[in-house]
Amino acid sequence: MAKQQQSLRRLDHRDISWYIDRLVQILMFMGGISAIVFIISIFIFIAKEGVGFIGDEFSLSEFFGSINWRPTSETNETYGALALMVGTASITGMAMLIAIPFSLGAAIYIGEFATGKTRETLKILVELLAAIPSVVWGFIGLTIMNGIIIDLFDVPIGLNVLNAGVILGLMAAPIMTTIAEDALKAVPEKYREAAEAMGATRWQVIWRVVIPASKNGLVSAVLLGIGRGFGETMAVLMASGHSINIPGSAFDSVRALTATIAAELGETAVGSSHYGALFTLGIFLFLITFLINLTADLVVRGIKKK
Amino acid sequence: MKLSKTLAFTILSVMMLSACTRSESGSSRVVVQNKGSDTLVNVAQAWAEEYQNVNPAVAIAVTGGGSGTGIASLLNGTVDIANASRQMKDSERASLIEAGKEPQEFIVGFDALAIFVHPDNPMNEISIEQLAQIYADGGAYERWSQLGITVPGCSSDEIVRVSRQNNSGTYAYFREAVLAKQDFKLGSRDMHGSKDVVDLVMHTACAIGYSGLAYASDEVKMPCVTLDGTDNCVTPSVATALDGSYPIARPLLMYTAGQPDGATAEYLNWILSDEGQCIILNKGYASATPVECVNPSV
Repeated sequence: MAKQQQSLRRLDHRDISWYIDRLVQILMFMGGISAIVFIISIFIFIAKEGVGFIGDEFSLSEFFGSINWRPTSETNETYGALALMVGTASITGMAMLIAIPFSLGAAIYIGEFATGKTRETLKILVELLAAIPSVVWGFIGLTIMNGIIIDLFDVPIGLNVLNAGVILGLMAAPIMTTIAEDALKAVPEKYREAAEAMGATRWQVIWRVVIPASKNGLVSAVLLGIGRGFGETMAVLMASGHSINIPGSAFDSVRALTATIAAELGETAVGSSHYGALFTLGIFLFLITFLINLTADLVVRGIKKK
Repeated sequence: MKLSKTLAFTILSVMMLSACTRSESGSSRVVVQNKGSDTLVNVAQAWAEEYQNVNPAVAIAVTGGGSGTGIASLLNGTVDIANASRQMKDSERASLIEAGKEPQEFIVGFDALAIFVHPDNPMNEISIEQLAQIYADGGAYERWSQLGITVPGCSSDEIVRVSRQNNSGTYAYFREAVLAKQDFKLGSRDMHGSKDVVDLVMHTACAIGYSGLAYASDEVKMPCVTLDGTDNCVTPSVATALDGSYPIARPLLMYTAGQPDGATAEYLNWILSDEGQCIILNKGYASATPVECVNPSV
């Protein structure tokens, strides 16, 4: 009894390890909540900067309905963001047309077919692709792809939806591949064994069993890819032509929301209408990306409930 | 054990970091902050480097970012000299005066705004009126054939307008000098830097663009420019910018908040001396005053 009490007292003793333990606990807690703190502060900051413009010069019909983005005009300043939204959407759409088949194909090959060294090498290479900085991608678009597209399709300029879409597709593919492969791996081995026991071929196993079972994970991979597309700035700025234009084909130049903010914010007087308008674009972009990521998250949660 | 190692490492790196900053701030050199126009950034850098030999006690820190950024920093008091490729706006001047810092303007050189086309483009001259028809909102020219030109390698005949982002000093000057303050036609490819304009025009047969003369390269063609109502077509060059015959040349400016003193004043004096002016001449701009340089490369 006495012995027990003594050991309890020793446990209660606040020595250096106890303090370190507490300190680490607090640090971990701060790390854990920091994401929430940051996201809320960022949103408050963006909203605060944009709200003055929304309350003042902002017109809903102009912002969403007009392509006239002339924030520094000497005669009549207009803030129509329609062309920028269509630009972002068209580039992201083109990117997904390219990235979805590539990344799902790569995920299925890496997850289901490749074995041993091939598999490991491929995984490393895919991750390496994700490590290429976006300014490098943009430079490839501006210098190499521009000439290739002009020569190949005989169009006046190679900085267009196709160029930016291909670049963005290649940028989004690695992360989509990684998430899709994780989703495929999460399908229990017994599903595959059962299907094979029923006499299904390899392809039938993948097409009828593995893909339906990992559907949610695959959808969320695609959604995260779309989120990446909406948010990418530098590469899109360089490869899209940065031209206010509603594209009629994949060979027209466009301008993205993010690229507009990046190109114009640096030289804009703090507090001016132009500054507020750029932050309003930021609010819009934030809400869209937030919605996409939320959807992706809810879809993934869908799997875990099952 | 692991934890203590990590801790020790962290403390060590913090100590190293603070040692670094201390040694930097410990020096007694005067630092002049110089920021602004991307057009001027190359020559500002060259001045700063050369000034090291003239007065090693003064260090000049040069940053780009654009004319607006430089002027904004002057207002915030974070720079001593703001570089600008356009005149200060009335609103910017007013807010500086309001802050009790009446801006002083120094013309440090001139820049001719060159028009660039692809080397295969047969066009040799262009008028201000034609440029306005190409670039201004409501302008009639959309195709090269409207100018009576067939560009080899440009089967679509479309004029690909290359412009700058809407808050660059070059963009503002082009609008003022060529478009008579009208808006630009939407749909131009707005590049983020003079070098990008030249790069794009170089690789695009259908393109036309504009930029400071200093960014010209052998791989783009520069047509001469005619002022409306004259037959005199002037080729952009340092000489024609300096004598005022080239119709689209602009002053390059440096601004200080209030009368400059000390190191800043000395530096500006040196820039305006023959030695400083020869450097800007060698960088492909025109000097503010005619100078005789020993070794001119232009």
